[in-house]
Amino acid sequence: MTDARLTPPVSGLDHISGDPAAPVTLVEYGDYECPFCGRAHPIVKRIQERFGSRLRFVFRNFPLAEIHPHAMHAAAAAEWVAQVGGEDAYWAMHDLILEHQHDTRDSLSDAALARYAEAAGVNPEGLAEALASETYAVGVRLSFMNGVRSGVNGTPTFFINGERHRGPWDEETLAAAIEAAERAIPAAAPA
Amino acid sequence: MKAPHFSLPVGPGERLSLAELRGRNVVLVFYPADWSPVCGDQLALYNELRSEFDRLEATVLGVSVDGAWCHAAYREARGFHIPLLSDFEPKGAVSRRYGVYRAQDGTSERALFVIDGEGDIRWSFVSPIDENPGANGILEALERLQQPEAALLRSAS
Repeated sequence: MTDARLTPPVSGLDHISGDPAAPVTLVEYGDYECPFCGRAHPIVKRIQERFGSRLRFVFRNFPLAEIHPHAMHAAAAAEWVAQVGGEDAYWAMHDLILEHQHDTRDSLSDAALARYAEAAGVNPEGLAEALASETYAVGVRLSFMNGVRSGVNGTPTFFINGERHRGPWDEETLAAAIEAAERAIPAAAPA
Repeated sequence: MKAPHFSLPVGPGERLSLAELRGRNVVLVFYPADWSPVCGDQLALYNELRSEFDRLEATVLGVSVDGAWCHAAYREARGFHIPLLSDFEPKGAVSRRYGVYRAQDGTSERALFVIDGEGDIRWSFVSPIDENPGANGILEALERLQQPEAALLRSAS
């Protein structure tokens, strides 16, 4: 709430897109069923293009499952795809879910998630079992609670180099905040 | 500090008083109005954290100046399980007692109070009106109440 920092910090347990050695890290806590996260998705893409190797992007799950009945399965499915197909498949899955989240009423059904998994290059056969087993839901819930502890209050919530980004998240505002974070890095600071 | 007493409608034809919750931690969530987007996120978050609040022996109550029927429609539309109290008549009386009434707007502030089982205010926070204060401050305050020392003091008194 007040000035909570990102806890735990970004690590090898995270899904990281972009240069792992980039000086600035943008973290999004998001919910795959949240329309605002759908809207933020192309903005994040443009930001990634704009900053190139100066920025790495991390997505963490924050499903508000009580108001978004498909959010938990969508998050668990993405984690399962990562486990089975690796990080490239994860990011393909992530993009597909956010690009199609509200195409139709069924865009986030288990069947739709299986289609996205297949399009992301993973045989979707084991998905139903993974979703039923709750194995992946445990990790998703942990991510949610970590978010709460870090001061995430809704979705999407962004952190730039561990600090919560307040206010709007349009492309220009985010870019300015990232540039400010770049300037704040001392020249010889350890990563 | 003792939490000011209240007895407010918690739905059409029902009331809830602070005294009835003696022995349980209470989180009072004052917010400006039903239906506004920031509140929606804030209450949705607390709604999502029900099991966590249960674990910390806390009852979360929303309070605004909206009427009981408005609260009922709002809860149903959003699927909220958190009880919402109507500080409706006399308008804002309980908010005033807690020092979180905005007379210029005719609404409550966006404010949080953590009250222990003895009815003492143990933590409070007034957020900027348009900023969702999240849940970490509440959870930390409730966890401090769970510390063995606090538990001991509670059982001894």
